[in-house]
Amino acid sequence: MTRTILCASLLAICAATANSQQQDFDKVQIHVEPVQHNIYMLVGAGGNTTVQVGSEGVLMVDTQFAPLAPKLMAEIRKLSPGPLRYIINTHMHPDHVGGNAAIAKLAGSDPALPLKIIANENVLNRLTAAVPGQPSFPEAGLPIDEYGTPRKNLHFNGEAIILYHEPNAHTDGDSVVLFRGSDVISTGDIFTPDAYPFIDIERGGSVQGEILALNHILQMTVPAKTQEGGTYVIPGHGRICDDADVVEFRDMVVIVRDRVRDMIKKGMTLDQVKAAKPTRDYDTEYVTSASFVTADRFVEAVYKSLSK
Amino acid sequence: MIRFLAATLLISAPAFAQFDFSGSWAPLYHEDLPDRIPGPELGDYLGLPINDAARLRADSYDADRISVVPEYECRPHSSDYSMRGLANMRVDAIRDTVTQRIIAFHTRMGFQEMERTIWLDGRPHPSEYAPHTWQGFSTGSWEDNMLDIYTTHLKESYLKRNGVPRSDKATFTEHWVRHGNFLTVATVVSDPVFLTEPLVRTQTWIFDPAQVIARDICETVSEVPKAADYVPNHLPGTNPFLHEVADWYGLPYEATRGGAETLYPEYRKKMEKPEHPRDRCERYCSCGAEGQICLSPTAAPPGKRP
Repeated sequence: MTRTILCASLLAICAATANSQQQDFDKVQIHVEPVQHNIYMLVGAGGNTTVQVGSEGVLMVDTQFAPLAPKLMAEIRKLSPGPLRYIINTHMHPDHVGGNAAIAKLAGSDPALPLKIIANENVLNRLTAAVPGQPSFPEAGLPIDEYGTPRKNLHFNGEAIILYHEPNAHTDGDSVVLFRGSDVISTGDIFTPDAYPFIDIERGGSVQGEILALNHILQMTVPAKTQEGGTYVIPGHGRICDDADVVEFRDMVVIVRDRVRDMIKKGMTLDQVKAAKPTRDYDTEYVTSASFVTADRFVEAVYKSLSK
Repeated sequence: MIRFLAATLLISAPAFAQFDFSGSWAPLYHEDLPDRIPGPELGDYLGLPINDAARLRADSYDADRISVVPEYECRPHSSDYSMRGLANMRVDAIRDTVTQRIIAFHTRMGFQEMERTIWLDGRPHPSEYAPHTWQGFSTGSWEDNMLDIYTTHLKESYLKRNGVPRSDKATFTEHWVRHGNFLTVATVVSDPVFLTEPLVRTQTWIFDPAQVIARDICETVSEVPKAADYVPNHLPGTNPFLHEVADWYGLPYEATRGGAETLYPEYRKKMEKPEHPRDRCERYCSCGAEGQICLSPTAAPPGKRP
């Protein structure tokens, strides 16, 4: 019973951990998709990994699950023999930070070329918080080069890399990573083109922050001719996207928000809102039998965000 | 002499079953003209095999989105719709420099300068993680003199310009057949998200070597102030325009809601009677006939419904 309650309140960690335990990582293949300039998207299990390579070494955004670290590193080594210098975590969910320690160990350490693990300070706070019944996060994988400002700048492999903190979006520790020279944005789970966003209310997420973050991403994307291409967007999960794809997703979140807000104004309870199925015209697009975020879960997150 | 004729025929005949579509083509709008030139009426889903999700998505569509949300202003049609939309087309054949076989057709259309390549060289489609585009990724193969085209990697777009959606998981096949100066294109769209069965449409083009496809440069401009989190949409059950098409044309409302059943002639036998029958045509009655334009409907909008 205690375990059930814990799992309910720690939905993301429990679900992701259970997911990682259930998956047979031996069967997972890492797919490498070139994005633009020296940026690649690596797809395996868990969230997408962004890799930037160049003369100064390698930078990763998100590390999937620990058992996949050898396969991820093997693919990265095909792209560059250079030292791994940076890991950036877009947020604290296990399918994005799970491989931090294992990757760091495989990458080795050179005091002259140290590996830095960077995330918003709320990620570090949550990863170091004791959770009853859960093992502590491996120390070697902690993002101890955290930042607490609205943005953090790097310059690596000849281009500016800017981390923007998106407050209270899908969690309270989301970072969007802009590769300014390559014209690529890595969004983490703020943007998942094939699935409803996981608005993690327990960890500071909110639908209002989610919309603000999506709009901020759209401020940075500049499409090329015929409103496509130009700035490419690597989502938390799913295929490579661009401005138009983020617009469709943003519009969906706004329209569902509008509907749930209208129902709240009419005095409807959460159960009544769920029964009214305000997402029923989007479910065929954003929900499958394997979806982590069901229609009800998304509606509940929107309802709770707006009821606060 | 016979040997000479045979040699000539061998040289001029395609090495494989190939047909050259190169040149400039103008669309003929006699098929479904009001639906294509002025554009479809709001709430007209008749003949579309859509599911409930597509119907509600279309009901929620507010055309203000095109003017208020800058990202929509310069969007082109997607390739499954562009063969039906309003734009002329130029087709260029791309040939292998050695064999002179056609390895691709490249199309350019006037509206938003849409460009598309249809690969005939057997290359595979991109991975499932590759970006999607408005024109998608097209490959073609020959079936006698008919070019069969298969397109994947489409962006989310519309089946009709009244908000009936088509998802980015859709694919479509086309069949291009040239009859002298006429080109017939049949388009078959499959969409697991919004269609219950494939949507089949045909269009005809005429060879028009004199036409010039000019530039069509579009830049987005924010002209209407709006809140950043505002996307025009009708809440479910509040769209006031959904009955217009039924009332204007004297159709039963249920028929205008579409669905696979409304595709077939048998539906007429069980179709309900219209709520507001019309004894004569009042809207787009002679649209396109004898050069008349279609932009001035004579019928007044039907009165507000309770």
